[in-house]
Amino acid sequence: MTPLSYYLTLGALLFGIGMFGVLTRRNAIAILMAVELMLNAVNINFIALSRYLPNSTLDGQVFAIFVITVAAAEAAVGLAIVLGLYRNFKTVNVDEINLMKW
Amino acid sequence: MTEVFFFALAVFTVAAALLVVLARNIVHSAVALIFSFCGVAGIYVLLDAEFLAAVQVLIYVGGITILLLFAIMLTTRIASRAEVFNEQVWMSGLVTVGITAILVYASLAGIRVSGEAPAPSETTSALGRLLLTTHVLPFEVASVLLLAAMVGAIILARREGE
Repeated sequence: MTPLSYYLTLGALLFGIGMFGVLTRRNAIAILMAVELMLNAVNINFIALSRYLPNSTLDGQVFAIFVITVAAAEAAVGLAIVLGLYRNFKTVNVDEINLMKW
Repeated sequence: MTEVFFFALAVFTVAAALLVVLARNIVHSAVALIFSFCGVAGIYVLLDAEFLAAVQVLIYVGGITILLLFAIMLTTRIASRAEVFNEQVWMSGLVTVGITAILVYASLAGIRVSGEAPAPSETTSALGRLLLTTHVLPFEVASVLLLAAMVGAIILARREGE
């Protein structure tokens, strides 16, 4: 059986890649994609720990379901905000939207 | 045997995720994201979470990526040659590599699970029972959240004065 630490390492790598995307991409939709990657990494950790820890119930999987639900809601609202931004600024590059920046 | 599958899926998932973050063309990013989500669904199958794998394919691959592609088509100039990363890319890369190294070290060295948990049987029915008994309050809150998000998304995306 594959050791638990392999799954956790995969989660850590995916989380790092997602974080790099959130910090560096200019396109708001690309940032949302990177956030989804980070949420997936967290879900991998939840499910791996719920599978491997002794005496564990399925609570990790239940929590992963809630994470997926919130991710869907976040994607819907986030993309609606991106559409609104594009309508007002004619761009979705977050470093060009600096109306409230000193 | 499981380890072979795990490493194949892990390399596939991480490579697709790297493509998501690094691709210059944002449509390529979205397509790579589909592959990354499929790889994660395979990881769920290896972890005996078949229901979660099906949910992953239905919601992430079937729902969220399609939504993302629609938003890309409606907003971005795909052929533009503009810079993909902002000016803090090197600093962010340094910070990310540091934090990821700490996380990987903690993952490899931090947790020792003694013994081997038995393979679960019938996770799907057990999950359904848990959702409607122990976790019924978060379940209902999640449905209210989805309704609020749906109404909010419609109001935000609607044009003024229609």
